[in-house]
Amino acid sequence: MKHEMLRDVERVVVTLDVNGERSELLVPVHKTLLEVLREDMQLTGTKHGCELGECGTCTVLVDGKPELSCLLLPIQVERHAITTVEGLAIGAELHPLQQAFAELGAAQCGYCTPGILLSAKSLLESNAQPSRDEIREALAGNLCRCTGYTKILEAIELAAGRMA
Amino acid sequence: MTFEVVGKPLQRVDAVTKVTGRAIYADDMLPARTLHCRILRSPHPHARIVSIDTSAARRLPGVLAVITGADLPIKFGILPVTQDERALEHEKVRYVGDPIAAVAATDEEIAAAACDAISVEYEVLDPVMSIEEALEAPKDERIQDYGGPHNIHKLVALEFGDVEGGFTRADHVREDVFFFQGNTHLPMEQHSAIATYVDGRVTLWSSTQVVHYVHRALSKVLELPMNRIRVIGAAHGGGFGGKTDPFAHEIIVSKLAMLTGRPVKCTLTREEVFYAHRGRHPVLMWVRTGVTRDGLITAMHFRTALDGGAYGSYGVASTFYTGALQTVTYDIPAYRFEGCRVFTNKPPCGPKRGHGTPQPRFALELHLEKIAHDLGIDPVDLKRRNFVKPMTRTVNWLRVTSCGLDECTEKVISASGFARRSRRPGHGMGFAISSYLSGAGTAIYWNDMPHSEVQIKVDRGGVTAYCGAMDIGQGSDSVLATIVAEELGLQPADVRLVTADTDTTPIDLGSYSSRVTFMAGNAAIEAARKMRAMLVEAVAAKQACDVSAIRVRGGHIGEVSFQEASELAEARFGALTTAGSYTPPKIAGPFKGSGVGPSPAYSYSACVVDLDADARTGLVKVNKIWIAHDVGRAINPLLVQGQVEGSVYMGLGEALMEEQAFRKGLHKWPSMLEYKSLTFLDMPEVETFIVETVDPEGPYGAKEAGQGPLLPVPPAVCAAIYDALGVWIDEVPVTPEKIVEALRRKTKGQPARFGPARFPTIPYPSTIKVEPPPKNLDHAAASSI
Repeated sequence: MKHEMLRDVERVVVTLDVNGERSELLVPVHKTLLEVLREDMQLTGTKHGCELGECGTCTVLVDGKPELSCLLLPIQVERHAITTVEGLAIGAELHPLQQAFAELGAAQCGYCTPGILLSAKSLLESNAQPSRDEIREALAGNLCRCTGYTKILEAIELAAGRMA
Repeated sequence: MTFEVVGKPLQRVDAVTKVTGRAIYADDMLPARTLHCRILRSPHPHARIVSIDTSAARRLPGVLAVITGADLPIKFGILPVTQDERALEHEKVRYVGDPIAAVAATDEEIAAAACDAISVEYEVLDPVMSIEEALEAPKDERIQDYGGPHNIHKLVALEFGDVEGGFTRADHVREDVFFFQGNTHLPMEQHSAIATYVDGRVTLWSSTQVVHYVHRALSKVLELPMNRIRVIGAAHGGGFGGKTDPFAHEIIVSKLAMLTGRPVKCTLTREEVFYAHRGRHPVLMWVRTGVTRDGLITAMHFRTALDGGAYGSYGVASTFYTGALQTVTYDIPAYRFEGCRVFTNKPPCGPKRGHGTPQPRFALELHLEKIAHDLGIDPVDLKRRNFVKPMTRTVNWLRVTSCGLDECTEKVISASGFARRSRRPGHGMGFAISSYLSGAGTAIYWNDMPHSEVQIKVDRGGVTAYCGAMDIGQGSDSVLATIVAEELGLQPADVRLVTADTDTTPIDLGSYSSRVTFMAGNAAIEAARKMRAMLVEAVAAKQACDVSAIRVRGGHIGEVSFQEASELAEARFGALTTAGSYTPPKIAGPFKGSGVGPSPAYSYSACVVDLDADARTGLVKVNKIWIAHDVGRAINPLLVQGQVEGSVYMGLGEALMEEQAFRKGLHKWPSMLEYKSLTFLDMPEVETFIVETVDPEGPYGAKEAGQGPLLPVPPAVCAAIYDALGVWIDEVPVTPEKIVEALRRKTKGQPARFGPARFPTIPYPSTIKVEPPPKNLDHAAASSI
């Protein structure tokens, strides 16, 4: 028996559409989307760096737009399409962004990478050939401590070129 | 020497794992029945613990164990000379965040509620919050019960050569004072550890840079032999030196797993990470240098005072490092170093990228700039005149083998157009150089064993390399795979790796001091060449030719495929395993303290920063940075570039905004929003030049890349600000208000600078005088001194 039940935690049934698969889950109402993805759905590709909406590491897409999963409750995103890094590849084939990040060394420790890939995907969907400054603007909410950002910018440009 | 895979910009071996989110970091693990651990930490910077009452916490449903210092009384610490930490303190707390009690519960919220239910009675003591306060007699009591006088932790005083004579010979002598503020690593991944206890054995997965040192600390504190403990490095979300100590939470989850028989996990909150710290020491520095009228250095006297925080950590080594590497870039014929580290009631400082050397590098580079201006010599020219030469020994007994300082300088000066720079108002360019170790020449604890070992197994076509090295994102796994592949005629992707697991891999001391490529790389070459010899011998026997006729390349050994060659060799020799190891040469000088500074090789960097600074607002916009780095040989230029760019980024953050500051014992900015770091919008273009000097001892000539390129950035920023506005900012971070204040002083006719006014009086001991070594190194005997 879960002890949180003893403490009268309100639980809700939520239906989440994640990476094209629908799941029905019973979760404490205050548990964040980040926690539900990682702990209840084992989608641990989504990382956490601050859990306060400051670092961008937990970025997922909600209807194609980047959102911070640490600041969302699952009940807010029911009936919306959620994409995590696990949903980026097409079958066994990498998304062009993933391919470019791998080739150019844009992931070092890799911890910020899932969030950055998703922010970049959203950008390229609304602006297929962004300038370097437009990429910087779109990714300003995603911190990375390893790369100095240079290889990430180059990888997004490479992917944009290939997707054109 | 031609290579098949070395020197190629190949994709990392773990690239796909990382871009698909499949790398398993410690906090991603959640085995069945995992208990969550929370740690109760001190709210006071300095206090005695009168009593701890855990009874209410123990009664909460869902709480399975509560432990305090009485359960883990044995002290530990990374350095053998400073075993001053406890996993849980039960007598005294020394900084806000010092751990006191820990809870294992069925979920995180219950664990947090249980921590709230623990009542601790404190006798609050006067906190010591600055270097100056630490030098004075404490109002209540000393922070630690060793060191001294007062709250001094360590004092060092060394003299090499005739310093007084050098100053007498000088045509010009200058003194300056500088301050480098502390800052922290801010890895994207919070520290996390998870332990199990099965069959009387502890297994710990942790986001650590040093599985071996964690292994040792666990054995000591848990009182278990090392063969009953297994430490595994989980996928690593960034360290930069911040995960190089054994940490309380690693010991705590192991103990709680032993008590409960269930997996126990602890992931620090971001705020806890700021308090765990072990980051850059704040260092106050005084330097006095004598030069001839041509700008040649005749003598240097360098003093440092380090604010160490509450515990030893790496601090003794950090103290020596603030005086060690000045001589590795400039030929200083006589050198005196006096260092001091104090304890304060703040989170302990330790190693951050560059460990103890970015601070003196900042001071030294700006000090020489000022001397050049005094003498009317171009600063780049003055520095060049003093560059060390390859194959020499420094006055403080450091062995310089390869040295690409001239070439690095030439690259950045010429590419940036430094000499022809525009003179528009507020625009400036600055130049600085640096050097760093390719691994510390001595281990943390004294021993004669190798620093790195690699085993290779070939099994019917498969190749597996085993090494304790921990890939923290820098790409050490890719380097190992590349080296083994090169020697066996394969591609890196053909080599399976098992790393950073104390049960299955031979020792590597860990990812610190930029040692892995150099040391594990050399061990891998030895192991792989032994394996290649067996494969070649078996194929030569089959082809009935001499072994010298067998070529190893392109997946073939002689005329047969690698697969077939491995089968021939297995038939001939039985199980195919080889091993290699690397022990750095014994090149430390004949004096106490000589263990810090020697490295089998030094990397070199040169940097130019171009910026615009607004005289009204003090705002700085960095336009571009040129960096050249002598890496010896780039085993993978893509990874080297990544390390160089990342170092420049971190150095620029330290120069402009990163700052670990305290108010009333509390961290002022323990969040990623308030602790400023560069975003995509702040980072300028970086143009990187890789310089290859092919070091005689490095693997294929390689040296380090991950730390050295950080060092020249802060002084180059300040030199550029002087170039732009005519004011010296003698401390980092260079915030707009410091620039505005320096300009205000300039207009009032005061010295046009912002920085510390004076260096405190420190009771340094009398200097130990050391005779310098012969200067030139015998080319034929580079490894012996």
